[in-house]
Amino acid sequence: MLTTARSQLRILARDPILLALVAVIFAAILIFVVYPLMMVFIASFQERGEWTGANYALMSERRLYRNALWNSLSVGALVGLIGVVIGYLAAFVLTRLDVPGKRVLHYLMIVPIISPPFVSAVSILFLFGFNGLITRQLLGLQDFSIYGFHGVVWSQVFTFAPIAYLSLRGVLASISPTLEDAALNIGASRWQVFWKVTFPLSLPGVASAFLIVFIESMADFGNPLVLAGAAFPMLAPQAYLEITGSFNLARGAMLSVILLIPSITAFAIQRYWIARRQYVTVTGKPTASTSKIVSTRVKWLLYALVLLFAALVLMFYGVIFVGAFTQVWGFNYTPTLDHFAYVFDVGFKTVTDTLIIAIITTPISGLLGMLIAFLVVRRVFPGKRALEFGSILSYAVPGTVVGIGYVLAFNGPPFILTGTLLILVLCFVFRYVPVGIQSGTAILRQIDPSIEEAAQNLGASALTTFRKVTLPLIAPAFFSALVYAFVRAMTAISAAIFLVSANWNLMTVQILNQVGSGRLGVAAAYSVVVIAIVLFAIVVINAIVTRMTRHMNMVKF
Amino acid sequence: MAESVHIHNLEKRFASPDAPGQEVHAVRNANLEVTPGELVTLLGPSGCGKTTLLRMIAGFEEPTSGDILFGERRMNDVAPNRRDAAMVFQSYAIFPHLSVYENVVFGLRLQKLSDAELKARADKVLAVSGLTSMANRSPNQLSGGQQQRVALARAIVMEPKVLLFDEPLSNLDAKLRDQMRVEIRDLQQRLGITSLYVTHDQIEAMSISDRIVVMNSGNIEQIGTPREVYARPASRFVAEFIGKANFPEAIVADAQTVDLRGVKLPVPTSGNVGDKVTLVLRPEAIALSATEGDFAATVRRAMFLGNVAEYLIEIEGLGEWLVDVPNPGEKGLLDPGQQIFASPSHSSLHALRG
Ligand SMILES: Nc1ncnc2c1ncn2[C@@H]1O[C@H](COP(=O)(O)OP(=O)(O)OP(=O)(O)O)[C@@H](O)[C@H]1O
Ligand SMILES: [Mg+2]
Repeated sequence: MLTTARSQLRILARDPILLALVAVIFAAILIFVVYPLMMVFIASFQERGEWTGANYALMSERRLYRNALWNSLSVGALVGLIGVVIGYLAAFVLTRLDVPGKRVLHYLMIVPIISPPFVSAVSILFLFGFNGLITRQLLGLQDFSIYGFHGVVWSQVFTFAPIAYLSLRGVLASISPTLEDAALNIGASRWQVFWKVTFPLSLPGVASAFLIVFIESMADFGNPLVLAGAAFPMLAPQAYLEITGSFNLARGAMLSVILLIPSITAFAIQRYWIARRQYVTVTGKPTASTSKIVSTRVKWLLYALVLLFAALVLMFYGVIFVGAFTQVWGFNYTPTLDHFAYVFDVGFKTVTDTLIIAIITTPISGLLGMLIAFLVVRRVFPGKRALEFGSILSYAVPGTVVGIGYVLAFNGPPFILTGTLLILVLCFVFRYVPVGIQSGTAILRQIDPSIEEAAQNLGASALTTFRKVTLPLIAPAFFSALVYAFVRAMTAISAAIFLVSANWNLMTVQILNQVGSGRLGVAAAYSVVVIAIVLFAIVVINAIVTRMTRHMNMVKF
Repeated sequence: MAESVHIHNLEKRFASPDAPGQEVHAVRNANLEVTPGELVTLLGPSGCGKTTLLRMIAGFEEPTSGDILFGERRMNDVAPNRRDAAMVFQSYAIFPHLSVYENVVFGLRLQKLSDAELKARADKVLAVSGLTSMANRSPNQLSGGQQQRVALARAIVMEPKVLLFDEPLSNLDAKLRDQMRVEIRDLQQRLGITSLYVTHDQIEAMSISDRIVVMNSGNIEQIGTPREVYARPASRFVAEFIGKANFPEAIVADAQTVDLRGVKLPVPTSGNVGDKVTLVLRPEAIALSATEGDFAATVRRAMFLGNVAEYLIEIEGLGEWLVDVPNPGEKGLLDPGQQIFASPSHSSLHALRG
């Protein structure tokens, strides 16, 4: 064991830069992923410097905390369920059926992914709030309240169903319709074919999508903060309130640990149990043939349901857009540019801050993701599994937990970072690198390693090989990693809200503040700006990556 | 420029991917000296460790023990990118995102050559490999043979000390393979680069090698010129792997002759008088005659293969032999059941050791 580790290190040391790089990445993951988490654990077991289990005893003593846990779990489960149903339906219709407008519908389905996660919460307030367009203006309801369980569930379903859709789309697209044809051919009815062939084959994918949505819902911070209301406590906002409202770090840390447990459990199941049971690879080529297992009537019914969801997406964004240009929603619908004037005047520093942070974060996170993928797939070194695990871990850790961890870890020696640009950048880089690593490793595993060996053979060092050969070859993963990092940096809230300061503030935090003080118009204007910047950035990143890899589009593997 | 390659007691054991704790012994105690400018092929069946040996020389695999030297210099701890041993991969491993020209100059660019020199060297090699007209194409606009040439050009433009080939022709069709084989040999001889060439095709090995290394499940069975390994195989495995052979058992009569069922044949052996030895009798070294010869035989099977007729004959007490007779188109074919005589050619007999 030790001798293999030593000989692995010796081989690695032939490329000193590579060795140094591995060491730096190890250290960085320890400091910026593991250490903050550890601090949360430690803090949750302490009270004024003394070790104690008292914080956890509060879980059983205080109704508020028990309710918060129960509410978070039940919302997570329900949102997971509804999200998967919608996602499955949309994925089935858009991959397997012959219906018009599939491309447009696909894009509409994924728009919620690239906007701030609580845009839907704002839309819901516009439509169903106290002065909501539908509840008040159209239906004239006086005492309807959107706050609480149903508000959060609605808003989260809208936000996270697209994630289920994306992951199920890959699963369904890779189940060959010939299997269904074969079953039909031997005399099964359509209904039987679906329940006996298609559904069982996609079941691991369904379970996986459910768990992903569950994790996202548990970790969600913005929607609950806007829509849960005081009568419906939930874990993530409660942990935040403990810290910012009552300055009780220990209890905030304890709630974080409680929040962490179901998330990590779901992540472990998803990654180590279900992922192995996936019958089909998610990267499989979409097959051209369309499914015959639904009758024409059912086909159009399913299609109508997908259209309905797409229409909801359009309506929610339409409302945000109109709201951004409306004087006072609910009272005065005169068009105005006042809200944008506010954003570009008083609030403009927040816009530039956010942009600076996102622009710094994106390339670092993207490159780091590709580099770690390269190291993990192509090199052997001691602790490789630990490195991979550590770098992917942060995906499963709710942002609130990370935020509290960073506050605890970087508020005092040896690392004092609070209030700096650096703490935000580091937090984002390490939170968003796992997606890059995963898509990078997936593509890299399909590329013949001798292409990179050839580069080395011709005299390229490991780093040159990475830069001149690996990176261009995994350009699609690089692109999605960059887009993901940028989108997340522009739209993140749960961890960031603990780390912003007067010096460095974020638009998402502003949106939340504006909602809190009832200025929905300004919140909507900020949201529109965020979405516009994100769309623009996707185009730019695409152009850059395409340029970087001119010949790639002609490559067949 | 050309460099000798020395391999001393080289071993490679992999941790078995199937059974934890067990090992796959891919290369066992390999010893080999390659002289400057020589082309040596590593020949053997699938899984015998050829690629592993080559990859250890290129630096992609770490030897478990033993030494690799280029000239005087021990290479074990030299990183692959500093070995100056250019490799032509079985899958070509062409950079798909770079044009043909950029593929060829990839290594030169890393050496920070001036643009003029870069272009001069690349143009020369492109011309030699017949790629000049397609320098600006993308690799996937090339045929398999052309891609193979890019891989070759990319390696030789480096003017390396050692050239390594891992089954470079195995993805090509038969005709192109013959043609590329000649081209590679020509080029290698003209440039005088020391080369190691992996193949499992014995014809390919025979036609291009100065010497052949025959491998069998990790062991080197024999090293010799194509003539040597064919005429004097060191083991039954080598004899069977390179061409076809019959293996009758004879008895040592004296140091220069053996007795094959009463017929004295001139075969030098090192054994004692009365010892049993196995002879290697190539099918084409057996003459058939209707009237006279050493052994009476019956034709059991006759096959017309174009350039030869292949017979299976049975000799009482010696079993079945395979016999090739050239030019059957003119001579006509013997019929199964026909009685004939068979005589081993005295000049091409060989006895296996032990
Ligand atoms: N990375 C590895 N891990 C474990 N075993 C390996 C590894 N690489 C090769 N082997 C084993 O070592 C042995 C030799 O493999 P090698 O690739 O050198 O064979 P080869 O002679 O090149 O065969 P082929 O003609 O099929 O290419 C095989 O049994 C193979 O399964
Ligand atoms: Mg091989």
